[in-house]
Amino acid sequence: MAKTVAMVGTDAVAEAMRQINPDVVPAYPITPQTAVVEKYAQMVADGIVDSEMINAESEHSAMSAAIGAAAGGARVMTATSSQGLALMWEMLYIASGMRLPVVMANVNRSLSAPINIHCDHSDSMGARDSGWIQLFSENAQETYDNVLQAIRIAEHPDVLTPVMVLLDGFIISHSIDRFDLIDDDVAKAFVGQYTPRNSLLDAANPSCWGAFDGLGGYFFEFKRAQAEGMLKAPAVIREVGKEYAEISGRRYDYFASYRMEDAEFVIVAAGSAAGTIRTAVDIFREKGLRVGLLKLRMFRPFPQQELVEALSHAKAVAVFDRSDTFAGDLGGPIFVETRSAFYEAEKRPQLMNFIYGLGGRDLPMSLVNQAIEMFKDAGSAEQKKRIVYLGLRD
Amino acid sequence: MRQWTWREHPLGAVIPEAATADHYETGGWRSLRPVLDREKCIDCFFCFIYCPDSSVMVQEDKMTGFKLQHCKGCGICAHECPKEAITMINEAEAKGLETCAADNKDGA
Ligand code: SF4
Ligand code: SF4
Repeated sequence: MAKTVAMVGTDAVAEAMRQINPDVVPAYPITPQTAVVEKYAQMVADGIVDSEMINAESEHSAMSAAIGAAAGGARVMTATSSQGLALMWEMLYIASGMRLPVVMANVNRSLSAPINIHCDHSDSMGARDSGWIQLFSENAQETYDNVLQAIRIAEHPDVLTPVMVLLDGFIISHSIDRFDLIDDDVAKAFVGQYTPRNSLLDAANPSCWGAFDGLGGYFFEFKRAQAEGMLKAPAVIREVGKEYAEISGRRYDYFASYRMEDAEFVIVAAGSAAGTIRTAVDIFREKGLRVGLLKLRMFRPFPQQELVEALSHAKAVAVFDRSDTFAGDLGGPIFVETRSAFYEAEKRPQLMNFIYGLGGRDLPMSLVNQAIEMFKDAGSAEQKKRIVYLGLRD
Repeated sequence: MRQWTWREHPLGAVIPEAATADHYETGGWRSLRPVLDREKCIDCFFCFIYCPDSSVMVQEDKMTGFKLQHCKGCGICAHECPKEAITMINEAEAKGLETCAADNKDGA
């Protein structure tokens, strides 16, 4: 029997970790992620789990320890946020390059300057090309569900790629939310046992990791082989989602469609904003406007083909981005990817970009309404603006 | 050397074998060469322990010389030897070549 609980989002991560009981958890605290490792450290101290907890001296060290432990054949998990993720940068590429199935929750928080501890997606967006799979969550339930599925995705032999589970700082991480925990034994059976393909600790089969690959070497071939893990990930993510539905009753795929069947105006969004947008969609539907929501879950790999198919019947699409690319009027990262995905499409909707919520700026209904009012006129003479900073003091 | 495509490349660039560096000549750029005076050597193995390249050879409890395939000529062994049994000599001379400086002098 599933148990319904009322907990904050960071607890949702810790509870999933408790059920997974990874071998090693190297971590360093950072707001707003701290509550994840704090709670998990308590579980370790109380003997509820038997993970080896490594209190590293920085995030760079935490990810280094995660890589070392994973190369040693351990199932490894960690969590971070913002500057912490930024400090892990160089190691992120090493984890993905060595094809180590590390699973990490990233509690999305803006990056300095100026200093700001609140939510936006600029931290994980910066790591979008680091070779990690990235899955967005809308609330505590999705966070918990994503963490459990992330283990299976990362460790799948076709994938063997680290996974980052994303949850919005404070909005999800520190809000009490009602969600269901699946039974411990069901969760444990779902994640299963991890059998590493190589282990540095396997003295009978010695191996060499991270060797230097000189000019005449195989770096190029190696990187192409790495891309294969990402290419094969979508099928695995879909398969794991189906299997998870059987034990939880909750369906997960690349994205979730809401009132999309006949939608003329579609909003694409990721993370907690989807909840507010869904309500706005309902309100506009009552007024007779055919609005829909496409909630993006899988940002890496990016589901270009499926996204184009799902949006093909729309007249106009508004992409909501909680970060900017600073690429000179190119828009936010989800917008850039969506726009690029449509290049070969026969039918292209009008595309607009709403950059919102930087540094934790709230996204109230009034702003979503304002955005819908604007983009329903997309393409018209009055509305020629492509990129809008929503809620900006202008 | 056999070339392979990306499809055959070992996953995660893990080399499923230990000590593969042994197959490579890594001492090619050595400019000084250690030479052992067996008379003075007491087989204390300080050189063996200190050598950063595992280039000191030991057989049946005897220090037997240097594996020049890997020795970089750093001179640590000579520095650590308590009996001054190791002398660093000029590599070019050891090879019976003239030094670069000599080349320049004689040449253009
Ligand atoms: S010179 Fe350096 S590398 Fe060569 S044997 Fe002595 S310690 Fe080793
Ligand atoms: S350190 Fe000197 S005395 Fe000791 S084994 Fe090496 S060469 Fe011989």
